[in-house]
Amino acid sequence: MTNELREFFAMGGYGLFVWSSYGLTALLLVGNLVLAVRRERRVIRELSRRLPVGAGHDPA
Amino acid sequence: MFKTLHKYASPMHFHALARRWSTPLLWLSAVLFAAGLAGGLVMAPADYQQGESFRIIYVHVPSAWLSMFAYMVMAGAGAVSLIWRVKLMDALARAAAPLGASFTALALATGSLWGKPMWGTWWVWDARLTSELLLLFLYLGYMALQSAIDDRRAAARAGAVLAVVGVVNIPIIHYSVEWWSTLHQPATITRLGAPAMATSMLIPLLLMALAFQLLFFALLFIRARSELLEFEQRSLWVRELLGQGSPR
Repeated sequence: MTNELREFFAMGGYGLFVWSSYGLTALLLVGNLVLAVRRERRVIRELSRRLPVGAGHDPA
Repeated sequence: MFKTLHKYASPMHFHALARRWSTPLLWLSAVLFAAGLAGGLVMAPADYQQGESFRIIYVHVPSAWLSMFAYMVMAGAGAVSLIWRVKLMDALARAAAPLGASFTALALATGSLWGKPMWGTWWVWDARLTSELLLLFLYLGYMALQSAIDDRRAAARAGAVLAVVGVVNIPIIHYSVEWWSTLHQPATITRLGAPAMATSMLIPLLLMALAFQLLFFALLFIRARSELLEFEQRSLWVRELLGQGSPR
């Protein structure tokens, strides 16, 4: 690793705090997206199953 | 104009609109994130007082702004729904709550990670921190109400009352740094006159704030779609939509 890169990750000695903040942010933003998409899929699946016969989508 | 407004207040039309816009919003947000991160982590110089630790501002401030913005969406939608009984507003309020709660938690956590090296402590019962923590509890209270009450209409109304009452906390959060001026530093951007920040530091912050904001709308749209489908499960448009195969 070059010196510049090492310096960048060290963040002037605050690396632990800076990178935890950014890591936590990334985790939370991506997590929010995954949860929202998964919830929509689950709702669609459950509502489709409960649809009355004839209105549900053709499994074939 | 009122015709357009009325059209998009219908669950079916809003659902279609939310389907169309969520993906472009996500992409736009990703581009802004890339630019904001490059500016904030690489191009902006270190702060002369706080050194490199000030870079936490680029995730802390946008999440703190969003924590309040999401609350205004939740309470605003709740108020409209209490007055005019608009189903779309119930769906938006329910969709905003978990998002607001997560951004509030993020603002608190990143604030803590910034406070430790700068203030020497993870937490103080400072007015700003305390009112932001109260905001988290308001969101959690709203969400608990939603899952505790089976009847969706009743849950939405009870939640709306809670959200509207809790709105008094928003100006308290905003002005807390002036009214009590304890440990948390005063506003850098939203003050009268020029922002107290160099342009090379300010631009990445604005990019990140916009990226967060667009991501919030994308997430709000995706979540609102689920809520609308559930609210409207007996209506014809939902049946037709689900009958088409796999609507996304």
